[in-house]
Amino acid sequence: MNGIQARFRMQLEGFALDANFEAPATGVTALFGPSGSGKTTLLRCVAGLERVAGKLQVNGEIWQDENSFMPTHNRPLGYVFQEASLFPHLSVRANLEYGYKRIAVLEQKVQLDHVVEWLGLGSLIERGDPAKLSGGERQRVAIGRALLTSPRILLMDEPLSALDANSKQEILPYLERLHRELNIPVLYVSHAMDEVARLADHLVLLEKGRVIASGGLHETLARLDLPTAHFDDAGAVIEAQLAEQDETYHLTCIDFAGGELWVGKVDRPLGSLVRARVLARDVSIATEMPHSSSISNILEGQISEIRDEGVDKVMLCITIGAQQVLLSRITRRSRDQLGLSLGQQVFAQVKSVALM
Amino acid sequence: MTMLDSSDLQSIWLTLKLASVTTVVLLLIATPLAWWLANSSKWYKSIASALVALPLVLPPSVLGFYLLLLLGPHGAVGALTQALHLGRLPFTFAGLVVGSVVFSLPFAVQPIQNAFEAIGKRPLEVAATLRANMWDRFMSVALPLARPGFITATILAFAHTVGEFGVVLMLGGNIDGETRVLSVAIYNHVEAMELEAAHLLAGGMVLFSFLVLLALYLVGGKWSKVAR
Repeated sequence: MNGIQARFRMQLEGFALDANFEAPATGVTALFGPSGSGKTTLLRCVAGLERVAGKLQVNGEIWQDENSFMPTHNRPLGYVFQEASLFPHLSVRANLEYGYKRIAVLEQKVQLDHVVEWLGLGSLIERGDPAKLSGGERQRVAIGRALLTSPRILLMDEPLSALDANSKQEILPYLERLHRELNIPVLYVSHAMDEVARLADHLVLLEKGRVIASGGLHETLARLDLPTAHFDDAGAVIEAQLAEQDETYHLTCIDFAGGELWVGKVDRPLGSLVRARVLARDVSIATEMPHSSSISNILEGQISEIRDEGVDKVMLCITIGAQQVLLSRITRRSRDQLGLSLGQQVFAQVKSVALM
Repeated sequence: MTMLDSSDLQSIWLTLKLASVTTVVLLLIATPLAWWLANSSKWYKSIASALVALPLVLPPSVLGFYLLLLLGPHGAVGALTQALHLGRLPFTFAGLVVGSVVFSLPFAVQPIQNAFEAIGKRPLEVAATLRANMWDRFMSVALPLARPGFITATILAFAHTVGEFGVVLMLGGNIDGETRVLSVAIYNHVEAMELEAAHLLAGGMVLFSFLVLLALYLVGGKWSKVAR
């Protein structure tokens, strides 16, 4: 049985953890929830840094159950902490090699050269002392250090949250690249929806130490019964392909099952896969095809769910094509004036699309 | 050097030997003790901390008195050493080492403990996720990161042993070439009104102590810069 099956229970004063979740054998599973929801504790339990009652199986291997507890240093995992936590008494190179030297030669599948190339660490190694690196650079070294243990699972605890906006932008492309190149499951703890929407394939939602939902990213984000659909930045994620470049107007067309969207020009080759995020507040609804509108992205779909939100808003699910879902947040008055009901064909006007 | 007779030179040599042996023994004892104190959350940790700190506040004569009773032929430790055919400890060099170790224990334990505590849990957790077992983590992460604490502990333990008087007097007496350390020799000179010899030894002590402390603050300054 591949992937991760975990169940942990812990009772502390003022905090109870009772979490049961599974994560698939590949891809990024985000442990998502507000602060205090227990997501970091859960990750530490998986690493064996926290010892609580429970059961944990990774790729068919039992790491913990009623009778056994594998200590952290025997678990083939990579862990990236919130702060880079490089060893200050070791050089950048010695930091990278710390874990590498401690695994069996036969297990050394990830080599220093690969990691240096993946994460652009060449010039950082030359600088020698970790204290001479910026926050983002340190975190890249920490990720490289974890990968050099050839882990069979990668655990990341809000690796971007201690960084400023610039360093975040510097690291994100590397994380996306890892995501594509690594063939191991990644558990990614975050409380930032934009990071999750960008990086995750699966979502485990936590609230007060409990798992309230888990599943594929698209399906889970489109579930109106979950709190994620009612955040200010709630929205849908679309997997699309770069289909056309319009040089005259500097626009790019992306294509997905069910339609196409025009976005600001993206310099990537035709056919490349892109992930787009459409926020619910950027989608308005018309019952007839608008013929003179400044909004060029209009998608036809069917209302598949309606749910009241607060006293004045309504959240709609619009199914486009076979399976793509958009969220749309409108006022209750608009719903009544347009007479919107379940199953109705409507036109979703998309004001803004964020490519990630 | 005319005023230093061979007995004085022997006292200097004995003092340096006692301070060196004591420092080595202290580091061996203080390191695990400091590690335990830095990491334990047991209720009796406070009791252990208080016991370690006790020599800081007790008059050396009190300490020496109880050590004499403990190590003497009727004391628990004395009975043990005799049963093991190790002889008696009071009035021997080994006895002085035992007394000095107890006397200087807080000066070795506390800097090391502070250094271990300053490292925090995170670097050791990181090392654990990088496959280092407990001993490996201690050797490759905790020890190097606690280096400033070890340097401080070494210097303080050495210097404090050189400066000890009361415990030695109670425990070791005044045997030439065996237990007569520098501080006792100075006392003897003063008693005998040999003030010039006393000056020479005492002045040397002042100079030595100053240099040791200067070294300590220079090293400390350097390390605090590195840490920043």
